[in-house]
Parts: sequence; C-alpha cells; structure tokens
Amino acid sequence: MALTKVFTRPDSLRDINFHFCPGCHHGTAHRLICEAIDYYGIRERTIGIPGVGCGVFLYNYFDLDVCEAPHGRAPAVATGFKRVLPQNIIFTYQGDGDLGSIGMSEVIHTANRGENITVFFINNSVYGMTGGQMAPTTLLGQRTTTTPYGRDFRTEGYPIRMAEMLAPLEGVAFAARVSLHTPTQVKKARKAVLRALDIQIKNMGFSFVEFLCACPTNWGLSPRQCIEKIDGEMLQSFPLGTYKNRQDS
Amino acid sequence: MSERQILKGCVALAEGAIAAGYRFYFGYPITPQNDIPEYLSARLPQVGGVFIQAESEVASINMLLGAAAAGARAMTSSSGPGISLMQEGLSYMAGSELPGLVVNITRIGPGLGGIAASQGDYRQATRGGGHGDYHLIVLAPNSVQEMYDLTIKAFYLADKYRNPAMILADAILGQMKEPIFLNPPPLVLPEKPWALTGARGKKAQLIKSLYLADGEMEQHNWHLYEKYRRLEREEVLVETDLQEKMDVLLVSFGSCSRMVQSALDLARSRGIRVGFLRPISLYPFPQQAVREVSREVGKVLVVEMNTGQMWDDVRLSLYPGCRARLLARPGGGIPAPGQILAEIENLVKAGDGIDESVHQA
Ligand SMILES: Cc1ncc(C[n+]2csc(CCOP(=O)(O)OP(=O)(O)O)c2C)c(N)n1
Ligand code: SF4
Ligand SMILES: [Mg+2]
Repeated sequence: MALTKVFTRPDSLRDINFHFCPGCHHGTAHRLICEAIDYYGIRERTIGIPGVGCGVFLYNYFDLDVCEAPHGRAPAVATGFKRVLPQNIIFTYQGDGDLGSIGMSEVIHTANRGENITVFFINNSVYGMTGGQMAPTTLLGQRTTTTPYGRDFRTEGYPIRMAEMLAPLEGVAFAARVSLHTPTQVKKARKAVLRALDIQIKNMGFSFVEFLCACPTNWGLSPRQCIEKIDGEMLQSFPLGTYKNRQDS
Repeated sequence: MSERQILKGCVALAEGAIAAGYRFYFGYPITPQNDIPEYLSARLPQVGGVFIQAESEVASINMLLGAAAAGARAMTSSSGPGISLMQEGLSYMAGSELPGLVVNITRIGPGLGGIAASQGDYRQATRGGGHGDYHLIVLAPNSVQEMYDLTIKAFYLADKYRNPAMILADAILGQMKEPIFLNPPPLVLPEKPWALTGARGKKAQLIKSLYLADGEMEQHNWHLYEKYRRLEREEVLVETDLQEKMDVLLVSFGSCSRMVQSALDLARSRGIRVGFLRPISLYPFPQQAVREVSREVGKVLVVEMNTGQMWDDVRLSLYPGCRARLLARPGGGIPAPGQILAEIENLVKAGDGIDESVHQA
C-alpha cells in the first residue's frame, strides 16, 4: 500500500529547525504566511521585510528575497520597495515593540497612504528579543522586567489596540486580529492571512493581520499556561475579529 | 539640451539627479532645501517617477533604503535637523552596502539653529554620522554647475561602491542662480545582481547588516575598510590653482571657496603669490594633495564657515612643520574677501614655523 503524504512543510519555508523557544507562536505565524504564499504561487515575486525582534531571523526560514529594516522602520522600507516594484508582493513582519512603539509613526502613515503592502504584526505583549521588557501591548497588571510591580495605567498607560486603531483609516483595506492558541483559531488565522495577501494581489490597499502570540520565556509560564493566559486575560484586552474587510470592487 | 540656462542651485541639483536616471524621491520639508521637493513633485511625474512626501526624515531615509535595495537610483534631501534624524538609516545602508543619495543643504546649527548657510555639518558628513565604522561618500559643489555635475557623479560613485553618498551644499548654493550647461553624460546604469526583485529563477537573496556569528561582523568591517581605502586611492576630487613660488596656500570648500577665490584675485593683483586648493570630495579627503602642496608652500590658510572642522583634516594632511591658520566664521554670515585678504597679508608677514592658530572672521 502506497503511503500518501498528507502534511508537509510549505515550499516557501526552508527545512531548518526554528530557533524559537518551545511554545512560541512565531513559528506558527511563519508557517501560515508561507502556506498562503504557496497557495497564491507568489513566492518568486514576494519580498519579506522583518522588523527587529525575535522575528528578524525570518530570512533564515523563508525561502524568498528578504531585506532587513531598522527597528520599527519596516513599513517605510516596504514603501520604498513597493514603489519601485509595484508588481511584487511586499510584506513586513513586526513585533509589538517594533510596530506599536518605536515604529508607530511609520505604520500609521504607511497605512494612511494606502500603501499596497501587507503587515503581519506579532503581539506577544512583551519585548521578546531584548529580555521581556514592557511593550505598548503589555496587559494591565502584567509583570515584565521593566514593570516589576505590574503595568499600572496611571504611570504606563494602557495596552494599545493596533487593529482597531488602524482599521478606520481610509487607506486600510483589511485589518484583523487573530490568535494562534488553539487549532480552531489557527484555522481562522489562516483565512485572515490569505485574505490579507489577496487584498494586496488585487491592489486594494493596506492589509494588516495582528496575531496574539505567546512568549513563554518572558511570560515565565509553561506553553500550556500561556494558552490559558491568552484564552483568558489576553482575549479580554485584545478581542479577536475582522475590523475592516473592504469588498472587492 | 546643452544650451546655457540660468538655474537655481536646488533646481540644477534636481535636474542632475534626473539626468542620472533617478526616479524616486522621498523627503520631508525643511528650509532651506524646499525648492528641491517642490520642484521634483512637479518634475518627477513628467518622467514617470515617484515623489513621496514622507511623514518624517526617519521614514524618508528608510524609503530610500527600500528603493535602493530594490535596485533603483533614489534620493532624499534635507537640512541639518533632518539629516540628524537620518543617521540610523544611513548607518544601516552603509552596513547593508546599499547605494543612494542624500542631499544636505545645510543651515546653521546646533539644534534648531537658524536657516542661514553654514558649513557646520562637515564633521557629521565626513565622519560617518551614525553608529559604527563607516563613511559616506561626500561631494561638495561650489557652483550651480557643480550642483548638477556632482549629483550625477554622486549617483555613479554610490552605485560603484555600493555605499550611500551625500551632496554637502548649503543655503547659499541652494538658493543662488547662475548660468549652467545641462550636459548629461551618456546614461549607463550598472547591473545590480544583488538587488532584491523576487527569487524568480534564482536563489533567494538577502540584504542585511546583522552578523551575529563569531567573527563575522569583524570580517564585514574589514571588508568595508578595504572599500574605503580604495575610495581614498581612486576617487579623490580636488581643484587646484597654483603658481610658482607661492607665499600662501588657501584651502576652502563649498560656497566659502567662492569668497576665497575673490580674495585670491585681490591678493594676486597686489603681487602676493597665492595658491588655491579646494577639496571637492570631502570624503575621500585630498590628503595627498594637501601634503604635497603644503610642503611646497609652507604657509596655509584654511577658510571655512564653521569654527574649524575641515581644519582637522587639513592639519592631519599638512607637511610637518608648516605654518597653518584657520580663518573661521560659523556661518550665518560669510567671511568677506577683504577679511580673507587681510589674513593672507598677515600670514605672508609671519615668519616660518609651526603655528596652528584660529582667527575669527
Ligand atoms: C533603535 C533601536 N532601539 C532598540 C533596539 C533593541 N531592540 C531590539 S529588538 C527590540 C524589541 C523587540 O520586541 P518586539 O518588537 O515586541 O519583538 P519580539 O522579540 O517580542 O517578537 C528592541 C527594543 C534596536 N535594535 N534598535
Ligand atoms: S523570547 Fe519569546 S518571542 Fe522570542 S523566541 Fe522566545 S518565546 Fe518567542
Ligand atoms: Mg513582542
């Protein structure tokens, strides 16, 4: 009896082990994006631009052209690329420190220009790469290495909701928040990723997918506890949903 | 298009960029360089180009980085404060070996400073400016014609060396009008096999400045080092106007060198034997030329519109034992030819021997 392969790596994802910590969702996000790139057959015209954070090593894993950007500036770099190569598919891959803090200006203005690129946003509520400091998305009460007593809104403000913030901008064609903590959610996330790239392929404007992700290392929790934390607290602060989905014209 | 025209410096520069085949401009308004984006916002669409008014200079330089990585000739322009904001991006471009042109139409600083011309950004431009061990290629025009010619040259050098280049001009050069010939050299755009255009029929490529493996970054720095040494050997641009048996050598760059040239004419008409040396490439600096000519002359007068920045490069290059003086004015005002002449006469009277004094214009 011949065996059929029913599960394999996407072609766009190199056969290399991830460096991510156990239970980290960066790997799942990588896989979903590569699957979507394969689905549309766009690997050979796609250029990825990772921000600076644990996702910067994207170039080790994605088998396509990749350009590094300074911390937070990926949307500006992507703008330069897209204007030179309007036929190519350009995406950024940014953490919450990268996009929601130091790079806030670049992402908002890129979105507002309706730049026809896709931004994948990894919200793990901390600065993963630099050792778990507070991010703009850190939950109220969450302990990080720079909020040792828990984030207090009186001194540190509130968690920023990027998907909701970007969605009302006219230039934005698609904005969704998804999560990667259960198989059902991963399926929904896959759909959002597909739609975001579909929007770009159809030249409809700026598309944005926010992924809620675990950072077990810096949350100081086991992968299982992380899933519980996402399912409880994190979903309360960051409701899932599609905040904008411009219809095809 | 080779007939004589009268153009503003900023416009000549923009036309030079177009003649160099560049089609992508990213920039944020700041005085005194607004003539460049305003002109290009009308001109670029006529030649199928792209003009973006970015949300900041931080965004401008990173758009430039992206366009350069995609293989295009691209440019941004700004002045002092905006150029400061671009330093992170410039460091990344140098580290990632990406060509591109940044124009600094300088104003007087530090801080918000003022909008009058100054040469106070010499050090920032020639030392790198951002973090890490790198240089920009820096060319300094002194006429409207050179605003055009050197812009074309800067694109060419940036591509040749895969390194960002800067035109360092100032408010005077940007605003003044002069006759100019638009004589573009034949446009030959270099192949850029390293550019990212998608992995179609070839292996995926990567542009980065991050090297974490043991010794990798050190090796990368030595690679950049070799590139800068080659620039220093092969790409020095300098103008000289020398005489037999000179009493004094004048060294000056950019708009200030025009005043110095007037002073030189005055001095020569009085029978003083004066030589003139103008660094056109500020990096690579014409060390050899300064050394050789100063050896011949023995007395050197540096004139610049700052409190002594190129002065450092001249002193590093002088033939040992020369008498050198700096006539400095920080910008905001221009050293007058009469003042320069007085300083020349002073220096002629002074004896030989080491003297590195600074005189305020
Ligand atoms: C200008 C600048 N400031 C600070 C840093 C240091 N830094 C590197 S990654 C990072 C934060 C990363 O956090 P995030 O974007 O949330 O990504 P994660 O690692 O959590 O996926 C910081 C602050 C830098 N590289 N550049
Ligand atoms: S530090 Fe956090 S974000 Fe980074 S790889 Fe580990 S778990 Fe993932
Ligand atoms: Mg993070």
